[in-house]
Amino acid sequence: MSKLYTFLKYFFITFWTVFVVAPFLWAVSTSFKDFQSVNSKVTYIPWLDFEPTLEGWRVLIKSPAKGGVDIVEPYFNSIFVTCTASLISIVLGTLAAYALSRFTFKAGFVRNNDITFFFISQRIMPPIVLSIPFFIFLSTIGLLDSLLGLVVVYIVLLMPIAVWIMVDFFNRVPKELDETALIDGCNPYQAFYKVVLPNSIPGLIVAGMFCIIFGWIDFFFAFILTFTEVQLLPVKVVALNSSITPWWSLSASALVSVAPLIIVAFIVERYLSKGNLSGALK
Amino acid sequence: MNLIGEKISYKPDEQFHLNDVSFNFKKGNLYTILGRTLSGKTTLLKTIAGLLNPDQGSISFEEKDFIKIPVWERNVAMVYQQFINYPHLNVYENITFPLEQRKLSPEQIKKDVDEALKTVGLVGFENRKIQELSGGQQQRVALARSLAKKAKILLLDEPLVNLDYKLREQLREEFKRIFSEGLSQDTILIYSTTDPQEVMELNGEVIVLDEGKVLQKGPAKEIFENPSNLKVAEISNDPPMNVLKGSKNSKNLNFENISLEIPNHFKNLEDKDYNFGIRASEIKLDENGEEFEIELAEISGSETLLHLKRGNSKIIALIEEVMNFKIHEKVKINFNANKFYAFAEDEKLVSSPYGGTNG
Repeated sequence: MSKLYTFLKYFFITFWTVFVVAPFLWAVSTSFKDFQSVNSKVTYIPWLDFEPTLEGWRVLIKSPAKGGVDIVEPYFNSIFVTCTASLISIVLGTLAAYALSRFTFKAGFVRNNDITFFFISQRIMPPIVLSIPFFIFLSTIGLLDSLLGLVVVYIVLLMPIAVWIMVDFFNRVPKELDETALIDGCNPYQAFYKVVLPNSIPGLIVAGMFCIIFGWIDFFFAFILTFTEVQLLPVKVVALNSSITPWWSLSASALVSVAPLIIVAFIVERYLSKGNLSGALK
Repeated sequence: MNLIGEKISYKPDEQFHLNDVSFNFKKGNLYTILGRTLSGKTTLLKTIAGLLNPDQGSISFEEKDFIKIPVWERNVAMVYQQFINYPHLNVYENITFPLEQRKLSPEQIKKDVDEALKTVGLVGFENRKIQELSGGQQQRVALARSLAKKAKILLLDEPLVNLDYKLREQLREEFKRIFSEGLSQDTILIYSTTDPQEVMELNGEVIVLDEGKVLQKGPAKEIFENPSNLKVAEISNDPPMNVLKGSKNSKNLNFENISLEIPNHFKNLEDKDYNFGIRASEIKLDENGEEFEIELAEISGSETLLHLKRGNSKIIALIEEVMNFKIHEKVKINFNANKFYAFAEDEKLVSSPYGGTNG
């Protein structure tokens, strides 16, 4: 029975790994090909099947005037917008979540849970509902087609995620931990940053990871709220057209746009398995 | 110079968590708060610590209004029933945390921490992570942190309740030693528990709490010998004191068709209905005794707890040896009338074998 279980476990893990990794390998292989190797016959392995070339990758940093696609500027735009918005969302979201988890708010019929739901409800709406208000809002304050405007919009999109994850996390940190810090001579601010925050690193990492992922992959708002001045990576990559841009360059641009997420996942995985709160709660 | 609480009430919702609680704690003394779960013990300790503000009443310490002083300036220490330590710090850093917060000199900190580690028996564990320690060790770290602070008020909230039986016995012994050696005459120690045995062993001044109300105050011996009413008698005995509804006439005590000779300390009692109280340990198996039916027999360690029934009365007997009984079997038991308590119908103590009455 357990042998069968072990066999099935590894069988499905292997199957799934192949299923997920194969397209990537295919894209990696294609990005090093030239016209000859893509169009003549099916080829797989560099040097054996075909002669690898860096031409597909060079096109990415060439300016359009020289026949390139130049994704360098959109790339850094995306990094800037995602990181800034994520950072601000995490800072504000963590503070909001701590308050929602530890203090009791009463305003008319509004209670803590209602406020938490208000944050999360921003993500329940389909994004298209928000597109027109956002468009009018940004054009009124003159931030349409600008990095700053995108950062503002992304904070609205990412902060609910941070609040949601951190409220859940803080609710699982025993209240007695804060109280002990107060008794041991910390004022409420010191209790937060000397005791609660150092024990919240796993939660912060998870929240940060989700913010970066959702910020990085957003296409819809980047597409609607920008025109000519500013372009973000997802919009740029989607705009590439296989009838103009060759397959090897498309593969290379697809790979560089998912690379940050893969790196983030690898870093975060180590922290997630390491951090725990078992010493506080038993 | 005492810690004085006057008419403290706390009612966050429909129910009172504290109801008109007053106390006067003197320095250098040990106070135990005895009460069942949810009786308001933790609320009282948190109020003294400053984590809760009472709705009514006042607390003063060293002639200052304590309620106006925020928690972090009160110089109290508290050990929780959950083992609360800082998980991101190691054992040594956990104990230094409150001292560094008070900005003591490094030499002073080292001296205080080493002393505290020695007192709780954790020398050599300085660099361990909290997660690597057993429950008992974690609670020792929490205690060491409280002791190292040399706080003027030390609060222990059921510190042993989450430990297994053996560790509890062992730590209880150590607590007695620590409290007698490791505490200065400047400290007020307040210890809350649900366990009457702990209260008797620690042998301090006792406050019996129930539903947020103080039922009785006095030395442990007094609470044990002369519980002021039935509730106290139940709370301060484990298993709870048995209650038998009955009456006294000029010749006998009568309950459940059993007649007993009137013991000496009942001689002056009025002839009427009473609630008679008798401790489980004062009931003995006896061939010539009264017949009861066994509802349940529990063996715990070296003792057997018999849950017995006769008519409308259910009692528990503590037999000091391990014996096997069948459920619904009949046994014969003997009541020691000299150990009977008499409580009036309003549940107040009328007569006790130790001579106390509650007028």
